[in-house]
Parts: sequence; C-alpha cells; structure tokens
Amino acid sequence: MPDPNPLGATPDVLVIGGGTAALCAAIAARRAGVSVRLLEQAPRGLRGGNTRHSRNLRFMHVKTTPLSTGPYPETEFWADLERATAGTIDAILTPLLIQGSEDITDWLEGAGVHFQSHASGVLPPSRKTAFLLGGGKSMLNALYTTAERLGVVLNYATEVQDLSIRDGRLEQVTISSGGHVHTLSPRAVIACCGGAQASRDWLRTHWGDAAEGFINRGTPYAEGKVLRSMLAQGAVSVGDPEHAYLVAVDARSPDDDGGIATRVRCMPAGIVVDVRGRRAYDEGGDTASTRYALWGQRLARFPGQIGHLILDARGVRAAPPSLYPPLSAASVTALAEVMGIDPVALAATVADYNAAVRASDDPGDTAAWHSVGLDPPKSGHALPLTEPPFAAYPMRPGITFTYHGVGIDAQTRVRLTKGGAMENLFAAGMIMAPNIIPRGYVSGLALTIGIVFGRLAGQEAARHAQR
Amino acid sequence: MPSDERRTEARRVLGICNACGYCNGLCDLFEAAKHRPRLADGDLAHLANLCHGCRSCLYACQYAPPHGFAVNVPRALAEMRHQSYADYAWPRAFAGLLERGVLTAVMVGLGAVGLLLALVLWSLPHDILFAQHTGPGAFYRIMPWGWMLVLGLLPLAWSMLAFGMGLHRYWRAARTEAVTLTLRALLSALRDVLLLRNLSGGGPGCNDLDEQPSHKRRWIHQGMVLGLLLSFAATGVATYYHHALGWEAPYPLTSAPVVLGTLGGLLMSAAIAGLLWLKRHGDREPTAAVALKADYALLVLLLSVALTGLALLLWRETAAMGLLLAIHLGSVLAFFLLMPYSKLVHAGYRFIALLVEASERTRQRDE
Ligand SMILES: Cc1cc2nc3c(=O)[nH]c(=O)nc-3n(C[C@H](O)[C@H](O)[C@H](O)COP(=O)(O)OP(=O)(O)OC[C@H]3O[C@@H](n4cnc5c(N)ncnc54)[C@H](O)[C@@H]3O)c2cc1C
Repeated sequence: MPDPNPLGATPDVLVIGGGTAALCAAIAARRAGVSVRLLEQAPRGLRGGNTRHSRNLRFMHVKTTPLSTGPYPETEFWADLERATAGTIDAILTPLLIQGSEDITDWLEGAGVHFQSHASGVLPPSRKTAFLLGGGKSMLNALYTTAERLGVVLNYATEVQDLSIRDGRLEQVTISSGGHVHTLSPRAVIACCGGAQASRDWLRTHWGDAAEGFINRGTPYAEGKVLRSMLAQGAVSVGDPEHAYLVAVDARSPDDDGGIATRVRCMPAGIVVDVRGRRAYDEGGDTASTRYALWGQRLARFPGQIGHLILDARGVRAAPPSLYPPLSAASVTALAEVMGIDPVALAATVADYNAAVRASDDPGDTAAWHSVGLDPPKSGHALPLTEPPFAAYPMRPGITFTYHGVGIDAQTRVRLTKGGAMENLFAAGMIMAPNIIPRGYVSGLALTIGIVFGRLAGQEAARHAQR
Repeated sequence: MPSDERRTEARRVLGICNACGYCNGLCDLFEAAKHRPRLADGDLAHLANLCHGCRSCLYACQYAPPHGFAVNVPRALAEMRHQSYADYAWPRAFAGLLERGVLTAVMVGLGAVGLLLALVLWSLPHDILFAQHTGPGAFYRIMPWGWMLVLGLLPLAWSMLAFGMGLHRYWRAARTEAVTLTLRALLSALRDVLLLRNLSGGGPGCNDLDEQPSHKRRWIHQGMVLGLLLSFAATGVATYYHHALGWEAPYPLTSAPVVLGTLGGLLMSAAIAGLLWLKRHGDREPTAAVALKADYALLVLLLSVALTGLALLLWRETAAMGLLLAIHLGSVLAFFLLMPYSKLVHAGYRFIALLVEASERTRQRDE
C-alpha cells in the first residue's frame, strides 16, 4: 500500500526530470508564482541527464553576437530544419521553437548561466550555435542553484514510476524514493524525463539482438517509464521507436554515460572493416561533422554491431586525441589477430585498397587522393596504409537519443489519440523532441528544444495550476 | 603518493580532457594540453604549473566522480605540481622538505624563533632584555644591526640561490622549441600574474567554495601579495634610512617604514585569514592533501610574520619589545629559509609556465 505524500507538501506543479528541460520548466513555473517540486531519478552527483554531456545550443539571431560568428535568421533556421527532417516539419511547433530560441541565451544568462565568447579564440567557428562555458554541467549547476534560490524543492534519487490518467486528466503520480513508493496528486505535471534509450529491454524490442551491440552514450537514467506509461494510457506517439541518433563510438567505452569523449572521428584517415575483414562503405565520402552520425547508422548494420577503423602510423599521427589509445601491431596480420578479425581477409582488403589508391594531381592535396576500381570506393583522403605500426579503433554504434516521444499541442499539453489534449499533463525536452525532429538532426537543437519548450511548459503549467 | 602514480593519473585525466575539450574556456590549461598531446613528463610538469588550482573544471566535468572515469583534474594536477616542486628542488637532497610541508614549516619555524630567543636570552642580561627601550637605536640594543644583517641576509642569499637554481632547472626543462622570449610574451605573462587571468574561470570566476563561481580567492590572493610587497617595501625604506640617511629604527608612527609595514601587515593578515577561511570551508574534493597542507603551512608562516610584526609595532615601547623583536626576527628568518622549500615556489614555477604559454601563444598567432 503506497503511503500518501511523505515527500512533504503536494506542489502546484510537479516537474519530472532533472536536465535542461526540467530546470527551465521548474524555474519558469516558480517565477510565475506557483509552488514547484522537481523529481530527479539520478543521485545528486549524476544529476542532469544527457544535458551533462552537452556543449552548444542553436539559437536564432538576426544580428551578430559575441556568442556566434554571424547572424542566423529565422528563414535559415527553418530551412535547416526542413532539410534535416526531409520536409516533415511541424507547422505549429517549429515556429514556436525558432522564435522562442531568439532570447534563450539572455534568459539563461538571467538564470546564472555563462556562455563562452568567440573572443576566447579556442572555439570551433559556429554561426548558428552558442557554446556553454564549461559545458552542460556548468549550465546545470547554475540552473539548479537558481531553482533552489527561487524556492523550487529538489528531490534527487527519486524516480517517477507511473502516472494514472483518467478522462484526459492526470490524477496521480507514483514515485519511488529511498526504497519506498509514494503518490502525489499535484495540480499539474510536466514530464521532462527524456527518452528510453538507456533501457536495454526497450532497445531489444525495437532492434532485436542488435541492441546488445549498442552503447548508450548518455545517462543510464533514461529508461522511459514515464514515456511508456503515457503511451499506454492514450497519449499520441510521435516519431519512430526504431530510429535512433547513433554515433560511432569506441567499442571499449562503458555501456552507459561515456559522453562526448568516446567518439571515433578519423574514418577518412583509414578504412573501416567488419569482423570478416571486409569494407562496406566509402570512408572518404563524408568529412563533415555529420560523418559521426552516418557511421553510427552503418555500424548498427555491421555483423555483431562492431567495426574496426584501420590506420597506419601516418593516420594515427593525424588522428585527433581519443579516449582510448588505438590497438596497435607491427603488421596488418598481427593487428587482425589483436582485433579478432580474419588475418588473411584483412591483409587482402588492405592490399586491394593500397593497390587501388591513386595520388591526386597535386600529391600534397591529400583530400583528393582516391581509389580506382575499388568496391566500395574511397572517394577522398585515400592515402595508402603502408607505414607500420598499424593501428585500429574498434567501434560500435553509440545511441544519443531515440526519435520516439509524445505528441504535444502549442501549450505543450500532451495530446491524446482520441483527440484533444491532457488538461494538466505537459511535456518538454527529448520526450517531445520528435514532434520537431522525427528524423535527422542539427547540432545544438536538443538543448534548444529543452529550453524553449521547458520554459513554455513551466509557464503553461503554472497558468493551469493557478486557475 | 609515488611519482609515477602521480604522472600516470595526470596523464590519464588530461588524456580524457584532450578527447573532450569542453573546459577550454575556463583557463589556458586545456588548450595547452591539446598542443602537447604526448603528455610527456615535461609536458605534465608544465601543465601542472600552469594550472592555478581554481577548481572550476571539476564542477564542470561530466566525468567527475561519482562517474566511473573519476576525472579530477585539479587534484591530479595539484599532486603533479608538488611532484615537480620536489623534482626541481635544489639541492635535490632537500626535496623531501617539500613533500612534508607542514612538518618542515613547524620545525623550521620553531627552530628559527627558538634560535633567536636563545640568542637574546643568552647574550643579554635580563635587565636589558626586559627593559623599556625607546628612541633611535632601541632595537639594536636588543640585537645589533650587524647580527640582524647576518641573520637576514645570509639565509636570504642562500634561499635566493636555491630558488633560482630550481627555477633555472625547471625553465630548461619547460622551454620547448616553440618558446622564444619576446617582450610581448613577457608583458602578457606579467599581465596574467597581475590579473590572475587564469583564476577567473573564463569570466564568472572560479569555484572557490562550491558549485558557485566567485572571484574571492583571486582578489584575496592579490591582497595578500600586495601586503607582502608593502612589507618588503617597508624593510627596503628602513634599510635606506639606516644606510643612506643614518636614521636609526624605531621610526615614528607616521614614517614611511611604519606606515607601509603596518598597512602591509594588516592587509596580509586579513587576506591570509580570508584564504584560510576559504580553505577551511571549501570543498576538499578538488584539492590534494599534500597541496592543502603546503598551503596551510605557508599561510600560517606568513601570518606569523605579519602578526609578530604588528605586535612588535604595538608594544615596541614596552618591556615586551625585546622578546617580541626576537620572535618577529625568528619568523622572518624561518620565512627566508623556507622560501625555496615551501609552497612559495609556486610563484616562480607558475610565472615560468605562464611565460612559456604566452610565448607559444604569440608564436602561434604570428604564424
Ligand atoms: C554525449 C552527448 C552530447 C550531447 N551534446 C549535445 C549538445 O552539444 N547540444 C545539444 O543540443 N544536445 C546535445 N545532446 C543531446 C541531449 O540529449 C540534449 O542536449 C538534452 O540533454 C536533452 O535535455 P532533456 O532535459 O530533454 O533530457 P536530459 O537532459 O536527458 O534529462 C532527462 C532527465 O530526466 C531524469 N529522469 C528520467 N526518467 C526519470 C523518471 N522516471 N523519474 C525522474 N526522473 C527521471 C533523468 O535522470 C534526467 O535528469 C548530447 C547528448 C549526448 C549523449
């Protein structure tokens, strides 16, 4: 028998989650004058979900600001989203996002968050996104402090297990904390608890055995209980559970929470083979930052969801710093043994590749080196792999988020399959992001969605609670 | 902690930093580490001394404990810094003094004060030692000028030599090909020292106490340095009065040495109290025990110099003056002796690290 209400007073607005969306919602609701309680499943030291791992956010700005290298007008933001989502843009929510993004850097600064100016001289040039000084965790520290100062009650290591929804109303929230189960019935609830990508069971239902080969780049506290509870009780499902934003990460990374440092980035410098020692894709074709995501998707289709980036000594020298040093051996066959790849096959693949490599007209222009008569080709950066020692990074698909969430209306209320929306259940952040990006991605968008819709949800929930 | 353990840990955490890079706006360390991806022993020493121990990067770190990677850059580099102090100490045989900072400070402090007390108690009849002395030359009736000079200058000269040798060895190790000394680099490094730019967390300040950034430590530290400089200035002016003008101490309350010394002593004492307060109330997570102890040792030593100086000023016309003078001179002697074997060496190593950084930076910009 769950004992009622031992967490203390029932708040007007209950916020589920502890990342960007949750904090922006809690701060906005509290500023609107209602009492707010925030429940974060993670312990304090690991608070903040995937926001902890993030760095930059996308914002519309018509003038040049110190936070970016040039203007980024509304039309361009819209065009970027249209391209990324292959035209499946939400005509109501997307304008809210873009226009709402205009003042988010000011709003965050007002809540104690600091940005890194381009004057620091150490940022990659970025016209469309602003960089958080110290990254997502610094932002979280500032937002948590502000929330606490405003009087938001924070409960860590407190998990929402279930919601009870009846007749389009959220009646009760079931909470587990310190080994006890409690219930609360606040006037309004905002779900900001991200996706389900950390749940292996959930991944398996959509990806089958391949799920075993995935690495979760972010928080282990993203099991999707609240998402599933809503969907099971008539919330509109958006996006596609079988789509995930996957990035190539080092196969030696921990199962969860390896964060940004686990990325493997230098595919154009080598060749990528599967366990059979065979190539499957053009490694030189895509050198933009989108290549991480491209390789994530490809690795998900590799046998055993594992691939190996093979480099020679020159490639290793050119590689950016990595979390784990590459595995290395004096010869290609010895390397194959280390990696558990068929040595004969790998030696043949490397030999075929080296034989197919052609220098560009200007041999110094390494980007233009390419293969001839190779299938699949390597269309750029095709330098021969000849300088020992040889090295390899084992890679797996690293899941960032899934394109699966709940539908919301323009007030961020959770929509119902039978029509209409929940009167007192709101959603913000990755849990509703597929409304805007059911597929594709542009950098810095996830944070922006969390901030814009978190803030909006906080205001709307407060308005509802005050009614 | 054994030296290779320190190096291994510093290399491990900075390797993760190089793969992440989120903190590159907080201070110069992270870009510097990126330019030294091999993280060889010399690189580690340079990076450790470049780190001002501001703690911001621990709170910003997605990999900080309880995360499994357990990245704690400020702690790893505090350990590494102490390793480099020991590695470059001169003579090498004295390196152990730096590893046991508190014991060293206590022993040398008590020893020096004891020595001075013994000296006056043994050399002076009690009716002179405990008499009221006023007017010019009062101090020298307790301790002759020549003695003071010997007790001050000899240890100071030795310490300067030892300090200088350490810095010279460090400079030779830290100086890469990319380092060409230019006036621009020198000015840039001096500016970094003056403003403690690397203690500003990229703008909002550093995590002096907890998750909240502040500029407290930065300004309090500079207050202490100013106090120390004023005290040195007081000594300098007094020496000038003595030698050039033939005026003998004690000087009147409104004279330059007394005013400078009093201001310096008060400022130092207040600032040290502030720094001690920060140390006591600050989170221990981003520091290493060895660094904390060394900090305490130096702060208490400096505080004793300042407080005994003020006490001497306050009671210089009473019968306690003789003993107070001995105690003050004893603590000054201890301070001089400990200069190369205490946390004070950080000033030199850090300046070199900033200079190396500034010259590498200006060179990269010129290219
Ligand atoms: C390595 C990495 C780097 C990234 N970098 C960027 C970037 O630079 N820019 C960007 O825009 N996006 C980035 N992202 C995407 C990131 O997901 C979003 O930026 C953002 O974190 C989403 O915010 P959110 O508040 O919706 O979710 P999260 O920040 O993930 O927060 C969800 C919160 O809900 C809590 N929670 C979950 N379930 C429950 C429950 N049942 N009860 C109570 N609490 C619960 C979690 O503990 C967590 O605190 C990155 C992601 C990863 C993994």
